[in-house]
Amino acid sequence: MVNKKLKSVAKGGLLDRRSFILSGMAFSAAYSLNALANDGSTPSRIGKDLPNWMKVPGQADVAYGQPAQYEQHIKRYLAKGAPETSLFSVWHTPLENQRGIITPSGLHFSVHHNGMPDIDPQKHQLMIHGLVDKPLKFDLETIMRYPMVSSINFLECAGNTAPNAVSLTPINHTCQELSGQVSGSEWTGVPLKYLLQEAGIKPKAKWVIVEGADGGSHARSIPVSKLLDDAIIALYQNGERIRPSQGYPMRLFVPGWEGNANVKWVHRLEVTDKPAYTKDESGLYSDILDNGKIQRFSFHMEVKSVITHPSGKQVLPEKMGFYEVSGLAWSGRGKIKQVEVSADAGKTWALAKLDSPVLDKSLTRFSIPWRWEGKETVLLSRATDEHGFVQPTRDQWRDQYASHSFNHYNAIQAWHISHEGEVGNTYV
Amino acid sequence: MYKRTRHLCFLLLLMMATSSIVAAEAKTLSLALGEPLSQSEIRSYSITIFPDGTNLPKGQGSVQQGASLYEAQCMMCHGESGIEGPAARLAGSDGWFSLSDPLRVLRIKKYPILLISVGGLWPYATSIYDYIRRAMPHYAPKSLSNDEVYALTAYILYLNEIIDDDVVLNDQRILELSMPAKARSISAWVDQ
Repeated sequence: MVNKKLKSVAKGGLLDRRSFILSGMAFSAAYSLNALANDGSTPSRIGKDLPNWMKVPGQADVAYGQPAQYEQHIKRYLAKGAPETSLFSVWHTPLENQRGIITPSGLHFSVHHNGMPDIDPQKHQLMIHGLVDKPLKFDLETIMRYPMVSSINFLECAGNTAPNAVSLTPINHTCQELSGQVSGSEWTGVPLKYLLQEAGIKPKAKWVIVEGADGGSHARSIPVSKLLDDAIIALYQNGERIRPSQGYPMRLFVPGWEGNANVKWVHRLEVTDKPAYTKDESGLYSDILDNGKIQRFSFHMEVKSVITHPSGKQVLPEKMGFYEVSGLAWSGRGKIKQVEVSADAGKTWALAKLDSPVLDKSLTRFSIPWRWEGKETVLLSRATDEHGFVQPTRDQWRDQYASHSFNHYNAIQAWHISHEGEVGNTYV
Repeated sequence: MYKRTRHLCFLLLLMMATSSIVAAEAKTLSLALGEPLSQSEIRSYSITIFPDGTNLPKGQGSVQQGASLYEAQCMMCHGESGIEGPAARLAGSDGWFSLSDPLRVLRIKKYPILLISVGGLWPYATSIYDYIRRAMPHYAPKSLSNDEVYALTAYILYLNEIIDDDVVLNDQRILELSMPAKARSISAWVDQ
C-alpha cells in the first residue's frame, strides 16, 4: 500500500508527518465500501455473531481500579546491576509500554538505598533549623493548609542508561532495562520558599542539608537558591497522595535535578553556609572526569531523548510497513525546542513532531512517520533544548569522562534494525 | 511558570477576599503556621557532621576494635578486605578492578557499582563517620555507639592505608587526616 503522494523528509524512509493522514483516508474509504458490500439480510437474533462479552452482564467495579488483566505483565523491572540486597533496589519503568508523558504512579521508577520506611503520617514532622531566625516544625495537617502548586516534570536518576556509559560493547537490553530510570508525573505540593521564609533564612545561608526519615537517613546538600526558586514539598503525585515508593507522606521535589537530590520521606532541613559531603555526594553520585578530577554537585539532568517505539528487543512485524517512530525527550534546564530523527545511522535527519504540551523540565513526546524499507539500518533521536544544548554522540560524551564514570549519561541512543526487523541497542 | 504565578495570584486574591469578609480588621492573612522547634528536639534529630568538624561527637575508637566490629557486622556485605562486595567497595582507588584480581570480569559484570570506592572517591573522613553512624549496618542502622563508629571509621581508613594499624581515632585526629580524593575534587555548582 505505497501511496505515491508520500513525502520523504530524510533518507531511510522518514516521512512527512502528514503522510499518515493521507494513507488513513485511503484505508477508511476501502473499509466503508466493504461494509456496504457485506450488508446482507437482517438476522433473526442480533446476538448470533457477536462476542460473548456483549451477551452477558459485566462484572462489578472495584474500589481502587487496576489495569486490565491482559496488561498485568506491564511491570517495573528490578535492575540486576545493583548490589543484591533487598534494601538497595533499582526499579525501572517500562517506557516502551507507555504513551504520552505521564508515567502511572505505580510504574514510576524508584531507587532505594535503604528500603522503604513505614511512616505514620500522624507522627511525621518536617523540621527547619540551622541558620534561621525561628526553628520551626510542621506536621502534615499544617502543611496541607498552605497554598499548593502543581507542575508536570520529569524525574531521572543520575545513573540512568549507565550500561551504555561504561560497557565497551552495546548490551542487548530493552528500553526499560537501559533507560527506564526516568519518569514523568504531575507533582503537587507546597513551595518550599513559603516555609523557609517563615523560618527566616539568615543572610549567611547558602546550602540546606535535606534529610529523609528512612532507616539510612538519606541526606543531600542542596543550594538554598534552588529551594527558594521552584522546589516544593511534594504531597501529591498524579492527583493522589504520593506513594511509599516515592516518599510518603512527603518528598522534596527539585525540578530538573538528579533523582537522588529529590529526598524522599523528607523530615529535616538544616540551613547552613556549607555542603555536608554526605555519602552520595562523596561517592556514588559524583562524576569522574577524563582528567581524573572528581566532579561534585552536578545537579542538572542534561538534555536527552530516547526512541521508545520501536526499541530494544522488539521486532518490526512488516517489511515496507508504516510505523510511527515515537519517543521521549527532556531537559533539566528547560523546555525541549526540537527533536531530530535519523533512519540512516545519522547521515540525514528530519524534525520530529513535538506533541502538546511541551513543558519546562518535562518529558516531551515526539513522533515521526516512518516506512521501514526492509533493510538493515539504525534509528537515532537527537534533542535540543530551549537554551541550545544538544545531545552529544556517545563518543563526545565519553571523551569528557573517565572510562568507569557512568552518571549523567545523555548521549544519543542508537537502535539497530536488522534485516529481520529485530531492534537492538547499538553504538554509532 | 506563567501558569504557576497566575495560580498563586488567584489564591492570594481569594485569601484577601476571605480575610476581608471574615476578619475585616486584618489587612493580610498570616500563613505562619509552623510551630517552634525546641533546642532539645534539634539536638535529638540533628545528626549531620560537616567536614570542618561541626557536630562531630566526642569519642574514640581503635583500628583493632574496628577490625573486630567489621568482622562481626560488616564483612558479610562488604567482603573480607572491603573490596569483594556485594555492597559498596570500601577500599582501593576508584576505577576498574585491578588486573591482578582473578575475579575482575565477574565483579564488573555482576556489580558495576563496585567500580568506585570510599577510599578512592570520598574527600573527607568525617563523611565516613557520618554515614556509618546514620545508616550502618544496613540491617540495623543507628545501632552503633559513637565510639564504635570511630573504631569502624578507623578500620576503613586503615584498609585504605591512610592510617596505621595502631592508631586510635578520635574527634581531633579525624580532622587532621587528608583523604587522597580531596585534591581531585571540583564542584559543578556555581551559586547564581
